[in-house]
Amino acid sequence: MSTRMGWRVATVSAARWETPTARTLTLEVPDWPGHLPGQHLDLRLTAEDGYSAQRSYSIGSAWPGTGPVEITVQRLADGEVSPYLTDVVEVGDRIELRGPIGGWFVWRSTRPAPVLLVAGGSGVVPLMSMIRQRGQVRGRQPFRLVYSVRGPEDACYADELRRRVRDDPGLDVHFVYTRRTPDGWPAPPKRIDVAVLNTHGWPPEFAPDVFVCGPTPFVETAADILVALGHDPVRVRTERFGGA
Amino acid sequence: MGIISRGFGGRRRDSAPDLPPGQYLTHDFPVLSAGPTPRIPPNSWNFTITTETGAEHTWDWAAFTALPAEEVTRDIHCVTKWSKLGTTWKGVALDTLFEEVETAADFVMAHSAGGYTTNVPLDDLLDGKAWIAYEFDGEPLRPEHGGPARLLIPHLYFWKSAKWVRGLRMMHEDEPGFWESAGYHMYGDPWSEQRYHGD
Repeated sequence: MSTRMGWRVATVSAARWETPTARTLTLEVPDWPGHLPGQHLDLRLTAEDGYSAQRSYSIGSAWPGTGPVEITVQRLADGEVSPYLTDVVEVGDRIELRGPIGGWFVWRSTRPAPVLLVAGGSGVVPLMSMIRQRGQVRGRQPFRLVYSVRGPEDACYADELRRRVRDDPGLDVHFVYTRRTPDGWPAPPKRIDVAVLNTHGWPPEFAPDVFVCGPTPFVETAADILVALGHDPVRVRTERFGGA
Repeated sequence: MGIISRGFGGRRRDSAPDLPPGQYLTHDFPVLSAGPTPRIPPNSWNFTITTETGAEHTWDWAAFTALPAEEVTRDIHCVTKWSKLGTTWKGVALDTLFEEVETAADFVMAHSAGGYTTNVPLDDLLDGKAWIAYEFDGEPLRPEHGGPARLLIPHLYFWKSAKWVRGLRMMHEDEPGFWESAGYHMYGDPWSEQRYHGD
């Protein structure tokens, strides 16, 4: 019964900067089987001498969407693959990938429960796929995104989020700025805390589906707060990157 | 060999002969968990092996930590591609725990606090291949890394090394656990790159 999930050759068909350090690549993938929002893919780069490197990236696009697959890559200063994807790859280049992968950190649009999304930095990528999927199917589940970024210029998809919030009363986005706030922001910079998640999340008695994604310390903090506020740990799904 | 990626040289600063294919070296200790980190006080922790006949062997924290422990240094490999070399753990060998257990079953399902499960053949737990670890780098194992105690099976991808492990259940037939049901490989040998179903 087992079918090997093979590598496919994708072609970069578009690229755009989301922030000064994060770039979205649109990938044309032949026979892409489709994906659920929240899933990721494995990407493989190969040097001329055969040396290769693999990494996993969350998928940011909905399915079916505007392009087959989009990923948004945050450049890591000491990274091996991410600086190549942000600074070297050009439209027309080919990249090997396989997927989709992961069946836990996914949102299914048939779920009726309200949804709380909690993102730290580039952890917003798989959550954006959920927001886009909801838009795609005209889902009526109320969605709230709490999005922690260092400063306004570090927010991915800022214009699209603004537009979606304006056009859709069922979607709320609340930003948490940890280093620099935008002009006119009513509070000094701070990290995500109990007050933020209590005010801008859903009450636990609404039994929301919760997805938290970001750097490990951020996810640890946010998930601990959510459990302390009374959310059932079983409904709080997490995806972490980096060390503790 | 895959298609050549134009302009990609790779940094290779961390190339090491001990790395399984597709892995890269990390020096910090990434945390991967499907949900919030359970915080389990050791005095409320216990560990149970349940055989195929329903017989239960249970150790509480005091009994467990009174067992002979071993310090082991091993490389660990996560299916998300990072590897960490030379990690040092202290724990009780599964050989020690199974001295008290009579079983004819070939497969084991590990169960964790929070509902996580993962399957492994019994042969992969015995003969000095696996431990229930409760210290890392000479310190009590931190909650985000599975403390107070986790399974440690260094020769398989690290999702098999169940955090917050609470028990093992013997099975005659192999059954998929949490990630295995979500498309990951039933066995998970890093050297054969058994990442996903069908690899």
